Amino acid sequence: MELLIGQMFAGLSLGSVLLLAALGLSLTFGQMGVINMAHGEFMMAGAYTAFVVQQAISDAGVSLLVSIPAGFLVGGVLGLVLEAVLLRRMYHRPLDTLLVTFGVALILQQAARDIFGAPSVDVRAPGWLQGNIELLGAPIPLTRLFILGLSLLCLAGLVLLLKATPLGRRIRAVVLNRDLAETSGVSTRRSDQLTFFIGSGLAGIAGVAVTLIGSTSPYLGTNYIVDAFLVVVAGGIGQIKGAVIAAFALGVLQSVFEYSTTASIGKVLILIVIVVFLQLRPQGIFSLKTRSLA
Amino acid sequence: MRVSVTKRAFYSLAAAAMATVLAGCGSQIADPASAGSTASSGTSCVDTSGSSIKVGFINSLSGTMAISESTVFDSLSLAAEEINASGGVLGKQLEVISEDGASEPTKFAERAGKLIQQDCAAAVFGGWTSSSRKAMLPVFEANDALLFYPVQYEGLESSKNIFYTGATTNQQIIPALDYLAEQGTKSLFLVGSDYVFPRTANKIIQAYAAAKGIEVLGEEYAPLGSTEFSTIVNKVRDSKADAVFNTLNGDSNVAFFRQYRSVGLTADTIPVVSVSIAEEEVPGIGLDNVEGQLTAWDYYQTLDTPANKKFVAAFKSKFGTERVTSDPMEAAYTSLYLWKAIVEKAGSFEVDKVQAAADGVTFEAPEGLVTVNGENNHITKTPRIGKINAEGLIDTVWSSPAAVEPDPFLATYDWAKDLTK
Repeated sequence: MELLIGQMFAGLSLGSVLLLAALGLSLTFGQMGVINMAHGEFMMAGAYTAFVVQQAISDAGVSLLVSIPAGFLVGGVLGLVLEAVLLRRMYHRPLDTLLVTFGVALILQQAARDIFGAPSVDVRAPGWLQGNIELLGAPIPLTRLFILGLSLLCLAGLVLLLKATPLGRRIRAVVLNRDLAETSGVSTRRSDQLTFFIGSGLAGIAGVAVTLIGSTSPYLGTNYIVDAFLVVVAGGIGQIKGAVIAAFALGVLQSVFEYSTTASIGKVLILIVIVVFLQLRPQGIFSLKTRSLA
Repeated sequence: MRVSVTKRAFYSLAAAAMATVLAGCGSQIADPASAGSTASSGTSCVDTSGSSIKVGFINSLSGTMAISESTVFDSLSLAAEEINASGGVLGKQLEVISEDGASEPTKFAERAGKLIQQDCAAAVFGGWTSSSRKAMLPVFEANDALLFYPVQYEGLESSKNIFYTGATTNQQIIPALDYLAEQGTKSLFLVGSDYVFPRTANKIIQAYAAAKGIEVLGEEYAPLGSTEFSTIVNKVRDSKADAVFNTLNGDSNVAFFRQYRSVGLTADTIPVVSVSIAEEEVPGIGLDNVEGQLTAWDYYQTLDTPANKKFVAAFKSKFGTERVTSDPMEAAYTSLYLWKAIVEKAGSFEVDKVQAAADGVTFEAPEGLVTVNGENNHITKTPRIGKINAEGLIDTVWSSPAAVEPDPFLATYDWAKDLTK
């Protein structure tokens, strides 16, 4: 029982990490069709932001709370620059964005190595996040609980933005039919920039969050990028609710598989499940009905 | 049709990822010997006529292994500098030629070939991962050259062209198990990264445990680089084992120890013995998360020997007071001095004379007196169990009463008979 609860929570918690990593991607990849291989490196930038902030503010609790908006800003600005300098020249050429952003990812990794050194750095967790609470005898780590809360908060913020603000309406209009939106007076340039800013900023927040559970090193992004793409594709491209379901489903499935087999076999089983699922339902959990004719 | 464009793009993405993976496999199965065997083998081009002699250093100064191997490069450089300052080897100054193995085994093989054939180095020092050593081995054998390899490894290997100055399994893993047994450990949980060293190490541990009545309650592997340890940590906690034997590598240690602590496990509840965490790795994991945990090595920076005090002081004055020294660094430093001692005993730089003279050569290393075993080209070492202290350094809590003879094939252990077949 105790173990069952521990494992259920492990699944939810893994799901929340996946969701946090994939949320921004579901905006940039899903909504805009840009394959951003540097998404993981934006996470890494967010993680190093948390490190830098902690150097300046020694109180780990305050620095964590400051790091979250700071990480969003750093990720977002990196995304804006990438969009403005490279990506806007290659919309409708997703394959080129794949290669270009892969190159950018390598440059960012090397930059991190040059600035912060190759060994991983230590971002301390605040005192109030150390330890765990007991739920029916199972220890629930507070850091995990915090990440779960943070990812739900980011999700709520994003949904609110897309559904309830004029800005969100414009973004959705561009996704559904870019040409019609443009003829109706929506500035697609501005909408693209903002979408990219928010998507990349979410990667920055994800980066801050994962410093609590893993290592902060130049390779941090490479650990998450593949899983993030898996979540977005399995969830249905362009579908945030799909990404949410996919993230938690994959998280729970993985911890079940991992528990009943081993970590490596669990990973293999997850990939098999996704391949089979995409064979049966190539469009993912949800599919986007666009109104464009092309 | 935006959707189908992105989908097609995703398939290409998958194809690209696949291609990368395949390319990686290809580079691993490429014949490493071909990299260095084009020139006629056997005839050495080492130039001993001048006032200097060339030696090669081969370390990964770029790529994932750079974090570890650059420290080995530093301590090799220190040893070369010291040897030159005290008159060189057989009166000749060392001229160091450094090559970057770039964390790729094929690169190691190719660069090693270059060091032997083009640069005519009298001996080569370096390598870290077992895959890099295994890639270089045929190059050194085909050219009849010498490699000094300074890192603890999984054993079961011996080549007359390689001198192993790091610990083999009976100088690190087995003493760690002896220590745990002595402490009354009745059950173990094994956690490791999923590749050759942890799997081999755990096979040895399983055999040892079966022979000594220790129960192994779990054996779990995480993919290399994995950062998700919730499930493994839950399994450890649920197993209520007396101790964890940790063979995780690299950054996975950071995630493992953070998540281990967050479910309330500490050195007091279930201690963890690690074989790949040295002084270098402690700051990245966060001292809070590993303080009090155990390590198994043959050298710690805190060792109280005159040779070590001199080594640590020299290292810090050359590279900065914030730097630390670790077991592989010490083994690398020792390897250069051992080569010097062997060459001076042989009175020659020639490979066959060096090989013939090697047996019984000693050096007063920072870890204590080491002696070359000419039969398997390993050296005697003194295994030590350490405990990570509040400064992030490692204190010795147990030390083998005497230096242990190297036994890479575990021939002297009855319980290991089935392992070495």
